[in-house]
This record gives sequence, C-alpha cells and structure tokens, in this order.
Amino acid sequence: MDVVLVNLAGLGLITLIVWYFWLSKPVGTAAAVTSAGVQEAFIVVRDGYRPDTIRVTAGRPVRLVFNRQESDPCSELVVLDAFGVSAVLPQGGNVPLEFTPTEAGSYEFACPMGMLRGKVVAE
Amino acid sequence: METMNTESKGVEMRDPVCGMTVGPGALKVDGYQELGFCSEHCRRGFLADPERYVDIVGEDAEPAGEPTTDYPSKTPSGRGESKGTVHLAVEGMTCASCVSTVESALAAVPGVIDARVNFASNTAMVDTALDVPASVLTAAVASSGYQAREIEGENADTTDAERVASEHRYRLLMRKFWFAGVVSLPVIYFSYPEIFPGVPEKGSTALWWIWVAMGIITIPVLAWSGSQFFTGAWGALRHRSANMHTLIATGISAAWLYSTVAVLFPGFFPDEMLRDVFYDVTAVVTALVVLGMALELKARARTSEAMKKLIGLQAKTARVIRGGVEADIPVEEVVVGDVVVVRPGEKIPVDGEVISGSSAVDESMVTGEPIPVEKTEGTPVIGATINRTGSFRFRATRVGRDTMLAQIIRMVRDAQGSKAPIQRTVDKVSGYFVPAVLIVAVLTFMTWYTFGPSPALVYAVITMVTVLVIACPCALGLATPTSLMVGIGKGAENGILIRSGDALETAHRIDTVVLDKTGTVTRGKPSLTDISAFEGHTEDGVLRLAASAEKGSEHPLGEAIVRAALDLGLGLSDPDQFSAVPGHGIEARVDDRQVVLGTLKLMADRGIAAGPAESRLESLAEQGKTAVVVAVDGELAGVVAVADTLKEDSVEAIARLHRLGLEVVMLTGDNHRTAKAIGDKVGIDRVMAEVLPDEKATQIKLLQAEGKVVAMVGDGINDAPALAQADVGLAMGTGTDVAMESGDVTLIKGSLTGVATAIELSKATMRNIHQNLVGAFAYNTLGIPIAAGLLYPAFGILLSPLIAGAAMAFSSVTVVTNANRLRRFTPTHPEEVT
Repeated sequence: MDVVLVNLAGLGLITLIVWYFWLSKPVGTAAAVTSAGVQEAFIVVRDGYRPDTIRVTAGRPVRLVFNRQESDPCSELVVLDAFGVSAVLPQGGNVPLEFTPTEAGSYEFACPMGMLRGKVVAE
Repeated sequence: METMNTESKGVEMRDPVCGMTVGPGALKVDGYQELGFCSEHCRRGFLADPERYVDIVGEDAEPAGEPTTDYPSKTPSGRGESKGTVHLAVEGMTCASCVSTVESALAAVPGVIDARVNFASNTAMVDTALDVPASVLTAAVASSGYQAREIEGENADTTDAERVASEHRYRLLMRKFWFAGVVSLPVIYFSYPEIFPGVPEKGSTALWWIWVAMGIITIPVLAWSGSQFFTGAWGALRHRSANMHTLIATGISAAWLYSTVAVLFPGFFPDEMLRDVFYDVTAVVTALVVLGMALELKARARTSEAMKKLIGLQAKTARVIRGGVEADIPVEEVVVGDVVVVRPGEKIPVDGEVISGSSAVDESMVTGEPIPVEKTEGTPVIGATINRTGSFRFRATRVGRDTMLAQIIRMVRDAQGSKAPIQRTVDKVSGYFVPAVLIVAVLTFMTWYTFGPSPALVYAVITMVTVLVIACPCALGLATPTSLMVGIGKGAENGILIRSGDALETAHRIDTVVLDKTGTVTRGKPSLTDISAFEGHTEDGVLRLAASAEKGSEHPLGEAIVRAALDLGLGLSDPDQFSAVPGHGIEARVDDRQVVLGTLKLMADRGIAAGPAESRLESLAEQGKTAVVVAVDGELAGVVAVADTLKEDSVEAIARLHRLGLEVVMLTGDNHRTAKAIGDKVGIDRVMAEVLPDEKATQIKLLQAEGKVVAMVGDGINDAPALAQADVGLAMGTGTDVAMESGDVTLIKGSLTGVATAIELSKATMRNIHQNLVGAFAYNTLGIPIAAGLLYPAFGILLSPLIAGAAMAFSSVTVVTNANRLRRFTPTHPEEVT
C-alpha cells in the first residue's frame, strides 16, 4: 500500500517539477521609457536576475541596467547572445547593456554558463 | 564656471565623427572648413555620409555661450554608442538624503538629461546630451559637498576592487570549508561503527546521544558553511530555474532531515534497520563542495589574467609641457594636442606622434613584436609601450578611451563575453539539465523504494542523495566560456585580437587562406632591386642620372629609384626640360646630358638602339620585376628594375600555414607573370592574378562555392568587402593604424606569421573546449546512472554519497584547470618549420 502511495507522490513531484521549471510562464515586468525614448529596466543580479522577464516594445531602443550585488563569480558577465552584446558586471556598479530589438520575439540574456537566465520579450 | 564657445576660442574643435577634440592642424574636408578630423578614418567616415554628421555639428554650434564645448576633455560618448552615459564613483554619501542632493546637483548641470545615484554602490549614472564632459559633472558633485570621479568601463581600480572581492570570497569559502571539515571528522568517526573501534553499539542510549550531538553540530554546517546553497537555490527557484545550488541544497538537507527524523521520531520507522543517520553526508558533502568552489574560484581568477595584464599596462601619469613648464599629471588629464616628454625606461602614456627626439620603443606588450621599434620625428607611438634608449617628445593624438590600448581592452573584453556557436548547443542542454536531474533523483527513489532490497527506504534515500550530489552542471557550463576566455586572452598577448567566439570557432575549420598580395605578402612599396650598366657606364652613374631625371616624380617606380640613390649617398642634380611620355617613360636633361628612361618602345621612338637590353628585360620580367631602360645622350646606358619587395617573414609564415595543412592562395591585381613569379618565390599554392579591387569578394565567393572554408588576410582598409565575405577575415595592422573594426581577427603586428599563430591558437582553443565538453558530458552521463545504482543489480556496486560529493567538487575544478593549460600556448617556433 505504502509503495503505491510513495510512487504516486513521486509521480506528482515529477509533474510539479516539469510544470514549474518548464511549462509555466512568468508574467514579466514592463520597461520604463526615459525622456530620451529609451526603454529602460534596472535588473538586480543576486542569485539570478530580478526581474528576469522584461517586456518591451519592438523596434525601440532598450537599455538594461544591471547591478550585481553578489560576489559569486558566476554572474560577473552577462551575455545577450541574440544581439552579440555582453557586459562585465563589477560588484555594485550599474552597467548598461543597450540594443534595439527590431522584431518581436523573446531574447534571452544569461550568464556565460547559461545557469542564470532572463529574457526580454519584445511585443 | 567660465563660458566660452568654440567660435570664440577658434583653435580647438570637435571631430564630428568620433567626438574627439582636435587642434588647428586637423585634417580637413573641402567645403567644410569649419570641421576638423582626428584621422583619415574619421575623415573618410564623414565623406561617406556628411549629412549625418553635419546635423550634430549644427546642433552643437548654435547656442553660443553654452558651457559645454570649451572643455577639451574626453567626451563621454564614443562613436554614437549610448548617447553619453557617464558613470561616476561618488564618495562621502552617508545617508539616503545625500542621494537626492547629489542627484539634483548633477541634474542641474546643463546638458544632463537624467542622473541616478545608487547609494548601495556609491555610484551615479548620468545620461547626458552629446557633449558634457565628466570633469563638469565631477565639479558639480564637488560643489554639493561630495567627491566624485569618472569610472571608465575598465580601469585598474575596478579590477583591483574585483580582485579584492574575489580574494575575500575565497577566504570566506575556505573558512566555511575548514569549519565543515573539522565537524566532519567526529561525524565520520561515529557514523561507521563497523570500521572505527569504540563507537557505542547501535540501539544504545550512548549512541543515541551521540547522534543528537551530531545532529546539532551539523546545523551550523548547513546554516553557515552551506548557506550559499540555500540562498542560491531559493533565488533560482523564484526565477523558475534550478542550478547546482538546488541540487546540493536538496541533497544535503534530505540527508539531514532523514537522520533527524530517525533520531527524534524513531517510531516513525517500524523497522529497526531504518533507524540510521547520515549526518556524515551533510557535513562531508558540504565541506567538499565548498572546497571545490574555492579552488574553482582561484583557478577562474587565472583565466582572466591576460585581461588583467592588459589593464595593468595603462600608464598612471604623464609628463606634459603646459605653458612651457614640465609637469607630471595623471594620465586621465592628458588631452589631445598635449606635448608629452618621455625619458628612457619610461612608459609612453597615450597614443601620439613624435615631434622631436628619437628612440627605440619596446612595443611587445601591445603588438607582440619582440624587437624594439625605431621612433623618429613623425612616427606614431602607442600608449603603454616602453621607451628604451632615447628621450623624445610627442604630441598626444588619442587619449582616454580612444587609445589603442583602450580599444584593445574593449575588444578583448567583448570577445571574451561572446559565445562560441558550440556553446549554444550546450546552453540548450543546460537549460534542461538540473530539473532533469531532479526528476532522475525522484525516479531513483521510487525505483529503490519499490524494488530495492531491505531496508528499501534507506537505500532509496541514499541513492537519491547520491544522484543529486554527483550531477555537476558547472562542469558543463564552464567548459566553453573558460577556454574561450583563456584562448582570446592568449591571442591578445600575441598581438592577435579575436573579435568573437564565432570567429575563434570558425578559424579552426579553415582550409584555405587567401592573401592579398600588396601589403600582406609584400611591403606594398616598390624598391630598387637591380641595376646593370652597359659599356662606358658605371652602375652608380646610371642610377645617379636616372634618379636625377626622376627627381620630383610621383610615380612609384621613380620614387623607388630616387630613394635607392639617396640611400647610396649619391648626390642628385636637378633635371631640366623634364617631360613624361605617359605609359612609356620620361625624358629630361641632367647636367647637360639627355637622359631617357622608359620602355623599349620609347627607345625605338627616340632612335636609340636598345637591342642588348632586350634579354635582360625579359629575364627581369620573368622574376616579377618592373624594368626600364636608361639611355644617355642617345646611347644605351643601363637597365634598372624595381619590384615590390617581400616582407622578410612571408616565406616562413607561408611555410607555417602549409604545415597546418592549409592551401594558400594569393590574390593580386598584377599580371599573371609577375604574380606567378612572386607566388613561386614565397611558396603560394594558387595565384589569382589580374583581380580588380572590387572583384576580390567575388573571388572569395568562388572559393567558397568550391566548398572551401576561407580565411582572407588583408590590410582591412581596401579589402573590407572581401574580409567580410570570407568565413574569417583577418585584418593586418601596421603601427597605430589598425583597422580593428574591419576584421573578425586583427593582427596588430603587420606580419603574416600572425595568421598562422591565430589559426594555431584557434585550433588549440577548440581542442581544449572539446576536451572539456567531452569530459563534462562523460562525467555526468556515467556518474548519474552509477549513482542511481545501475551497476547494483549486476555487480553490487553502489556509490557512496561522500565519493559523489568529492567527484562533483573536483569535476568543475578539473574543467577550469584544463582551460588554464591553454595559457601555456606558444606559437610554433620559426625554426621548427624549415
């Protein structure tokens, strides 16, 4: 009897893992627009990117400003592969990363290892 | 604050293309007398699209009296990037209200669009209109009672800060390791009564109390030594992602929780055998993984050593002459146009051009060229290189973020942050990796619980923890970026700037190298190679007359003859009655003698018998040389020949390319015979002659159509389309004039040997990446099934979680250490080739 229960619980856990990590979609934060017309978002880097999903309008320049608040070397570089831009993030400093998504789509930014991930969703 | 605009000062103006301040001697463009350009590059950029820049100038110049253009300081914005954002480090802020004080002080500066101050990091980010220099902003901060200085992307200070932070983190991790390690010793001792003597019997009250003690002392191990696993796992979880921390945190806490339940609520487990503890797993795995993280940190610091070396090259001070007085000033304050004094043994602070004195300069740190370069009046000097022998003065032409070194640093940093295509594949895997491991761990638990031997629950917990602990996403993730970092850094040390991971990866697949002849294989400047004199004349005599006749000629052939005569110290006379016969030669009177210089046809036209010269001309032409006949007073006097001379290392470099198994093709506008002669001399496999400049890219396309992976080597200025068409474009620089933007790879030293070195480096780096990836994949694909107990049914082999912890900790260290092996890369030595 307990074998059945344990296995059912296990299957439930697996379903939860699949749903939580792969299937569910976060809502994201909309980028603010500066007086110069740049869509700007501040991202805190600590155990990941906060916020990790930025919503922007396609066709207008975007500036992501990263502020790394940890010493873990995993996050010292952020790469936005789709636009070939990257930035070294010194601890505590604000570092801008600029690009213009001309087409709607989802563009991922990540640490070089791809362990910390975030994305810009251009609509 | 004094206000003055460009007009009223009338001396300095701003280059509309790059924004640099230029002096009165700047390059000009017809029709735009009010504009000046810092370099030919900018001038050409302007000519390509004047309207784009004229508007900027107009905007700037209009409001007279704007307090912005007077400052001959570096402008915050580079070539159109980030409409002027200045980063400042602000000191002296003690409370949140200081933030608004500083912000409003900055916002009050004319031209500032927005200012944001970060209290936590003591920095300010100021968005400015095009032309607000940092010095104005720092002054504004100072007036509000705080101190500020500009942070320029990458300078020695920020790397120092990084180094300190990394050192601090290392020490913290080591302290955490020692604590967990010391706790581990008694915990291990009492966990294995079957090995160690004196451990009370299982089921005894004494052992129960020991277990309670173990449970208590492992709490700080989890809470302090292992704290980063929990914060990291939680942080990732909130972002719906999972990483190494998730795995380790789950593993060590599962072991601790099971043990604690067994100690406190033994009734929960009806079977006596289930009442066991695994505090050793918690303590030992934490200790090992933390140690692994510390070692990895140390090793990773070494991967960026090349970059740190580059940054460390920057000079700190400069000795400039201002108002007739020599003064040492910080290098940041040097402006374009300053006259800088350099003594022997000193570092040249910024880029410039020598105006007096001469010396030999060691440029190896920037160009990779080991032999010191002679500098005299008019020659360019590169900042950060070291003056060896003499003293000289030079005028600064590029400062701050425009110097060659600053550009190199930016380029290397960008390249190190780029991705090799191979990593995109890895990224896809790593995105699924950790959740997949979590699923495997759950399945392992279910399988052991259902089918495993008694006590099934214990086996299920242990195998699940082992699976969680052994999986190492770090090894997989670190494999490519660390090797790339070391490889690109190593390139920079050798004067090879690789633009991106893409370029590096493609370079290792190259099978054909196309060389643009002029400026690449040859110097691109003809020089005299042969003189022969006929009866009644001497070689010097022939050369002197020919050179005198050609004096003032602008034809490359004439220039070569004149240069050769001057080099030999022959005194030249001024020619009279000079006349050119287009396409055939020249005539002139020199010292009352009639000199004719030209082709056989010209000789025939003038009725000069040149028969004896014919065979000589034939053989010179076969050698790829351009030869002309010299006649004096109607009689044949001699033959002179010029040719574009080979760079001294061309033969050796091409031999090295052959040794790498590459086909070497030469592209030239020369006729077939000349081209073949030169090609044969240097060992070219295939010559493409009579190619017009705009056909170069088409020729590359044709080679690619044959299925070749083509590298194109050119000077980067005239060959831009061909460089872009090639799979990898290598731009060769000379001196300070490096067209860094035009190639995938830039060879700072204008030598072909760099091509072979670049390809060798690419191959070495890719080999290293492959080793890392194969190692990481093999480790995970073998390690996880073994940890899950796949070998148990057949061989009875089950992995201890302690061993899994050790394997995990050292797998990522191994990857980084392997990447660091690349630091020992050295280009094949020339001697090995011959």
